[in-house]
Amino acid sequence: QYSAILSFFSFQQRIEIHKLRQGDNLILGFSIGGGIDQDPTQNPFSEDKTDKGIYVTRVTEGGPAEVAGLQIGDKIMQVNGWDMTMVTHDQARKRLTKRNEEVVRLLVTRQSLQKAVQQSMMS
Amino acid sequence: MSAAMDTESTYSGYSHYSGHSKKAHRQGRDRHKSPRSKDGSRSEKSVTIQTPPAEPLLGNDASRAEEGQDDNWGETTTAITGTSEHSISQEDIARISKDLEDSVGLDCKRYLGLTVAAVLGLLVFLTPIAFILLPQVLWRDDLEPCGTVCEGLFISVAFKLVILLIGTWALFFRQPKADIPRVFVFRALLLVLIFLFVFSYWLFYGVRILDSKDTNYQGIVQYAVSLVDALLFIHYLAIVLLELRQLQPMFTVKVVRSTDGESRYYSLGHLSIQRAALVVLENYYKDFTVYNPALLTASKSRAAKHMAGLKVYNVDGPGNNASGQSRAMIAAAARRRDSSHNELYYEEADHERRVKKRRARLVVAVEEAFTHIKRLQAEEQQKAPGEMMDPREAAQAIFPSMARALQKYLRTTRQQQYHSMESILQHLSFCITNNMTPKAFLERYLTPGPTLQYDRDRWFSKQWTLVSEEAVTSGLQDGIVFVLKCLDFSLVVNVKKIPFIKLSEEFIDPKSHKFVLRLQSETSV
Repeated sequence: QYSAILSFFSFQQRIEIHKLRQGDNLILGFSIGGGIDQDPTQNPFSEDKTDKGIYVTRVTEGGPAEVAGLQIGDKIMQVNGWDMTMVTHDQARKRLTKRNEEVVRLLVTRQSLQKAVQQSMMS
Repeated sequence: MSAAMDTESTYSGYSHYSGHSKKAHRQGRDRHKSPRSKDGSRSEKSVTIQTPPAEPLLGNDASRAEEGQDDNWGETTTAITGTSEHSISQEDIARISKDLEDSVGLDCKRYLGLTVAAVLGLLVFLTPIAFILLPQVLWRDDLEPCGTVCEGLFISVAFKLVILLIGTWALFFRQPKADIPRVFVFRALLLVLIFLFVFSYWLFYGVRILDSKDTNYQGIVQYAVSLVDALLFIHYLAIVLLELRQLQPMFTVKVVRSTDGESRYYSLGHLSIQRAALVVLENYYKDFTVYNPALLTASKSRAAKHMAGLKVYNVDGPGNNASGQSRAMIAAAARRRDSSHNELYYEEADHERRVKKRRARLVVAVEEAFTHIKRLQAEEQQKAPGEMMDPREAAQAIFPSMARALQKYLRTTRQQQYHSMESILQHLSFCITNNMTPKAFLERYLTPGPTLQYDRDRWFSKQWTLVSEEAVTSGLQDGIVFVLKCLDFSLVVNVKKIPFIKLSEEFIDPKSHKFVLRLQSETSV
């Protein structure tokens, strides 16, 4: 019964990353994988193997993403209001690395977060 | 008894060979001065050849006694057994008497069939000629003259008769290769058909032409031509019924030998059971390894041990409950802690090791022996005429160095009954003549071969009986089982129909082979 109610909630977190300037580039400090032009079955982080969304595959230590609270395995739903659930890999990269933006606001969802809330609601 | 005389004559033959080989061996020793100490030491001992028994007159007991003595043609013994060769076991008496009585009875039947067919064939062949000639002979003057048309018809009759003759010779005049229990249904049918056919033609001819003395000669000749045409069509029918129908495979037949479980599969067409049995037997002689009773002694002794282990005593009086007794025995046997499986495992492992060891020794010995022989080229043959040997002498020269290893190997694999010294020498000289390598020479001894490879009197399987629940002239059907029995073992034949195969097609456009890359890239941002 509880799981039926929980499916209506979206366990999302807002993360604000301030880009770091390294030479001529602005870096965020994480790597992405996925996209509608990629093979979803090879994604180790997705629960549903047909999910073609953008996932965080690596977070560099001490980088801006880690500082902001981004974790490996997070699925990025929005970047600065742009939807990231139905984009190609290259489009996702472009939206994250816009030269004129210093701050990116991500809407991410996380499996561990989902499970934690489920467990706390059930007990 | 004739058996005694046979063994004596072979004995004398072998002693002649023993002297001969000693001489060749001495020559060999002087000539091949390659100092191998093994050869040298062996040649100093005296090699006396003992006559191996030429016929399977020895039962199991005698062969065991033979192994107890240290007798063979590779080692240093002079003992020659004279007593065991003259004894005959009960089995062999049965075998000999069966051979005698069967060889006489069936020949009459075969010859009767052949003569009937031959007479009928001759009659049929001469009929058209008779049809053409009789009017000429009987009422030549009344006949209408019939010019080129008749001559053309004469030529065609002549050629068709020649073709018929050749076809009949090709199809029917073959050596009968087997004696079968019942008559061939199709052949009998054809003979009856031909007989009726020709009879009805003669009837018509006799009534309409001879009696009324018909003067239309062209009509008569055309009648004869129609007879020959019809005979050619019957010949075609014979080919289809007797030969072509059998060719397409419809059944798969599994043949299992009852004594050791060796099995083979064959494909057959629409045959009668007796013809299928013939095919199976023809293939038996070339496909199945030879039946070796010496290989069965191990399982027999195990079975005997099982039986002897338990005895059932009926304490409660004469109520003879046989099934109860056997059940009690089986239950007791199951409870008893039986370690015979352990014995079997270790015995087999041990035997394997022993066989492999002896085989290795044998291969090395034979390879060494073969290096002593070199073929002389034509030019060299003139240069050294004194030292030349023909293949037989060369074989006898190198034989003693490998004889012992070969004998031991044959003993271990229990094949020693199948190879006499004479046969080995013959095979060796055959291999030397044909430039075979040591491995090619050994191929015959390392694995037991098909029955055809061995001497006829070692076969154990010459007289066959077909045991079948259906009539032997009925055709093969799915699920039929029949048994081919000979004196020592039987072949169980199981017939299965080849399944009906549903084959459908699927067309693939060559341009439809397209591929896409499945990526999972990772970009750092």
